[in-house]
Amino acid sequence: MQTAISVEQIRKDFPILQRKVRNDKSLVYLDNAATTQKPIQVINAISDFYTNHNSNIHRAVHALAEEATEAYEMTRDKVAQFLNIKDRQEIVFVRGTTEAINLVAYTWGRQNIKEGDIIVTTEYEHHSNIVPWQLLTQEKKAKLEYIGIDDNGELILNHLDQFLATGKVKLVAVSQMSNVLGTITDVASIVEKCKKVGVRVLVDGAQSVPHMKVDLSTMGCDFFAFSGHKMLGPTGVGVLWAKKELLEQMAPFHGGGDMIREVHKYETTWNDLPYKFEAGTPNIADVIGFAAAIDYLNNLGMDYVRAHEVEITKYALDKLSKINGIKLYGTPDISKRGGVISFNFADIHPHDLATIIDEDGIAIRSGHHCAQVLMEKLDIAATSRASFYIYNTKEEVDVLINSLARAARLFKL
Amino acid sequence: MSSNADIYHEMIVDYSRHPSNFGKIENPTISYHDSNPLCGDSIDIFMNVENDKVSDIKFHGRGCAICMACTSVLTEIVKGKSIEDVRKIQKNDVLGELGLEQLQAVRIKCALLSLKVLKYGLYSYLASKDTNADALKQEASSLY
Repeated sequence: MQTAISVEQIRKDFPILQRKVRNDKSLVYLDNAATTQKPIQVINAISDFYTNHNSNIHRAVHALAEEATEAYEMTRDKVAQFLNIKDRQEIVFVRGTTEAINLVAYTWGRQNIKEGDIIVTTEYEHHSNIVPWQLLTQEKKAKLEYIGIDDNGELILNHLDQFLATGKVKLVAVSQMSNVLGTITDVASIVEKCKKVGVRVLVDGAQSVPHMKVDLSTMGCDFFAFSGHKMLGPTGVGVLWAKKELLEQMAPFHGGGDMIREVHKYETTWNDLPYKFEAGTPNIADVIGFAAAIDYLNNLGMDYVRAHEVEITKYALDKLSKINGIKLYGTPDISKRGGVISFNFADIHPHDLATIIDEDGIAIRSGHHCAQVLMEKLDIAATSRASFYIYNTKEEVDVLINSLARAARLFKL
Repeated sequence: MSSNADIYHEMIVDYSRHPSNFGKIENPTISYHDSNPLCGDSIDIFMNVENDKVSDIKFHGRGCAICMACTSVLTEIVKGKSIEDVRKIQKNDVLGELGLEQLQAVRIKCALLSLKVLKYGLYSYLASKDTNADALKQEASSLY
C-alpha cells in the first residue's frame, strides 16, 4: 500500500483531466458523486479485452473463452478481497446499484413481504432506494415508512425504534452515504437495532464504497449494493452482495442462459450461486475493466482516499462558508460526511449557476439529484452540488470560489 | 460562438426577479400545467378568452432564470392577441426577444417549457371545436 503518491501523479493517469472545455478552460471536474473519471489503467484493460481476448464466457472451451472467463471471475475475487467477503459465491454482478436493489425487491421482496408489513427507508435516499420499495409495497398492500432527518442532515434513529416497535417491519433499506448531503449513515446502530428483532437490512453503498473502507464481514447487513462507475470503473457494472442462505432461498430475477442447470420443456432447475442471478451474456469487458479500478484504489489505499477527501472537503466548506449568500446543507462535522457539498447561492437557481460556472470549465451538478423526497423535506426545488475524488485539488476549489464571485456579479448580488 | 454566460444579461436577471403576469386567474377559460422532470421546472398557465381574444393571461410556478424570463416574455406576447395569432407563435418569437436563439441544447427545455404549456393549453381549448387543433398538439410535443 503506497501513501506517498501525490495528487499531481494521480492526475497524470486520467487523460480526460488534461483536456480543455468551453473557451479553452482547464476541466475542473466536481461531479464525482454522479460518476468518476477513468484512469488509463481502466481504459487500457477494456481496450485490451476487445483487442486480445474478446469471447463469451463460461461455456466455450476455446482459448479466448478460457482467458475471458478467467479475467471475469478474477474480478469477483477482487471484489471479495476489497470488501472482505469470505465467500465469492455471494457476489452477483449486475448493471449497477439500481439493478441490485430492484433484484432484491423483485425476488426476496415478492417472496417475503405480505399485506400489512412495513419497509423502512430514509428521507435522504436516492430514488433507486425508494421507488422499488414503493412498487413492492403497493403491489403487496404493505407500508413504506421513512426515518426522518434533523437540521444537520443526520438520521433521527428514534424514528426507527418507533417503527420496529410495531413488530411489522420486515426490511430496513438505507444508504451508507447520502448523495446530496454527504452524511455518513450510522449503519452499525441501525443493524444492531434491527438484528435484535430479526429485521433484514439492505445497505446502498453507491456513495460509500468509492470513498471509504467498507468491511462487509463486520457490517452485519443482509444485502449490500454498489456501482463500479462511481469508483473509477466503467458504467454498466454493479454488485449485489447478500448472505448465501438468502441468495439460496431467493427465486431467480431474470430467466435465460447461464442461470440454469437443466432446462426441459416445462421445468428448469437453477444454476449454482452466483450464476443463478446472472442470466444472459453479462457485461464482460466492463467487469474486467472494473478489476483495474479496484487495483488502482488498492494501490492508493482507501485510508488515503478518505484522508484526501476529508482535507479537500474541509477546505471547500471553509471557503464556501465565508461567501455571503451561500447556504450549505448537511452536517458541519467532517467525521460524519463524505466529499459531497450541496449548496444554494442567494436566489440564483442552481441550473443558472451551473451554466455560468461551466463557462469556467467547472462541472458541478444542479438539480434534485434523484432525491426529491429530500428536496421536499428541505423545502427547496434544487441544489448545486460539488463532489470530490482522488484527483481534485485545493486549486480547483479556488477556481470554483472565483467563479461563484463572477456569478454573483452577473446576478448583482 | 457567443459565451453561454452572455445569456445572463440584465433583462433575464430582471425578469427572473420580477416576472411579468405572475399569479393565478380564478376560473380561467384555459389552464394547463407541465414540468420538466430532469430539472424540476414547473409552470401553470391561465388564460381568459373573450371574443376569440386572450383578454388576460397569468402564469405560476418555479424555475430557473431562463424559464422565468421566457415565460414572462411569452405572456407579454400573448396578452390581447387573437387565438388565431396566438396559435402561430413559434419558438424564435420567444427566444428572439431575449437574444437566446443560440441557447445550448441542454438549456433549451428551460426556455420552451412555457410555450409547450401554452400550446397544449390551447389544444385542450380548441380540440372540441377546431379540426386543425391536432397540429398544436404535434407542435407542443416536438418543441424539444
